[in-house]
Amino acid sequence: MAPTREHDVAVIGGGLVGAAIAWGLARLGERVAVLDEGDVAFRASRGNFALVWVQSKGLGLAPYAAWTKRSSDGWAGFADMLHDETGLDVAFQRPGGLHLCLSESELAARHGYLMRLHNQPDMVSYPHEMLERRAVEALLPEIGPEVAGASFCPLDGHCNSLRLLRALHTGMQRHGATYLANHIVERIDPEAGGFRLATSGGAVRAGKLVLAAGIGNARLAPMVGLSVPVRPQRGQIIATERVQPFLNHPITTIRQTDEGSILIGDSVEEAGFDDTVGLGVVATMAERAVRMLPLLGRLNVVRSWAALRVMTQDGFPIYDQSERCPGAFVATCHSGVTLAANHALVFAPMLRDAALPAELAPFSAKRFDVPAAA
Amino acid sequence: MFRRLPDPDTPTVTLSVDGRSIEARAGDSVAAALLAAGIVTCRTTPVGEAPRAPYCMMGVCFDCLVEIDGMASRQACLVRVRDGMRIDTQHGKRQAAP
Repeated sequence: MAPTREHDVAVIGGGLVGAAIAWGLARLGERVAVLDEGDVAFRASRGNFALVWVQSKGLGLAPYAAWTKRSSDGWAGFADMLHDETGLDVAFQRPGGLHLCLSESELAARHGYLMRLHNQPDMVSYPHEMLERRAVEALLPEIGPEVAGASFCPLDGHCNSLRLLRALHTGMQRHGATYLANHIVERIDPEAGGFRLATSGGAVRAGKLVLAAGIGNARLAPMVGLSVPVRPQRGQIIATERVQPFLNHPITTIRQTDEGSILIGDSVEEAGFDDTVGLGVVATMAERAVRMLPLLGRLNVVRSWAALRVMTQDGFPIYDQSERCPGAFVATCHSGVTLAANHALVFAPMLRDAALPAELAPFSAKRFDVPAAA
Repeated sequence: MFRRLPDPDTPTVTLSVDGRSIEARAGDSVAAALLAAGIVTCRTTPVGEAPRAPYCMMGVCFDCLVEIDGMASRQACLVRVRDGMRIDTQHGKRQAAP
């Protein structure tokens, strides 16, 4: 007999989005079950770059910039709460981040992009500036001769995202959440008072459910009357050996981890579900990184990997509640690290109350619908 | 810890290890020369600073990393000794800058 369990909320997906929501709900006293896939999953949360990033986000959807800034502002307190509860330090730092430009034309393009971003109606305001080469040098004396300048935002930071995932799992289980590995959801049936989920690990019953399964949301959403058009988008990362701390600010594509490794990353490739590493892309990433910081050329590379971002067609998150099956929600984004504080401390209370406020309306997947002809 | 097999015809070379002179035989790997000289700890790990010694002696385990002639994190088991070579053991994280 497959086990049957009773829960207030079933969170489908045990990555950063699901775990942050589950921790947030569990600490509010909700009885939570987290259904995770297993080693066959693509697991973006184990392959990300771990920036907590604000600058440049939200061109085309200003509320996304405000949502991102809010999470960035909440991150320090969020990290402290996790530390107090679990003893795990997720190594959050917010020293301000740089986007380095390797030519005057790159710098002009960056400036233009940020002007368009910040000139949008209803754009949230926060400090950011364009820096000339000399000002960049003051922050990062190791920059190469080709660096023409940078954009800088004091809100940008980074963390140890693997430890973040562990802290969320440890924390949610301390608050009584049930973690169910190898529970691939095959079918979702609305029933009186909630949902019945048929999974590869048996049936699970819950009053509400949240789809937080990354790319898997595309398959799950129609089961509860939702539409979540997400596709995989590959990113590759190079890790070097650990070195003494020298890089005091994260750069869009280069950062030094709390334990000393240099990560070089952020490629963007449309490669379907292929999560293998390609030498051509990795070589280009390394070449650009060495032009930005020539001393990286002396370091040994210890590994590289690829992971799949969870991408919507406009690049913005989707938060929705099903109209056909109230109580069924979705949360999907490609910034599970940056938005973790919001998912845990803002989104989870909305789920407990079973209502998404107007603030989240811009993130409904309805924005992808073609308007019906009049 | 280790004793050499008799091999009287092999010429001797001199290396410096952390500023101290040691003798090795031509054809030794740096790792073998360190072990033969009784230098077992060639580095400490970058995060926990636990001591490490040459282990696999065939380029696989990366435990024998040392600085050779100013180049950090080289695999001592894959580099042959040369007269006058400068070896420095590594402690914790290496410097990124030379």
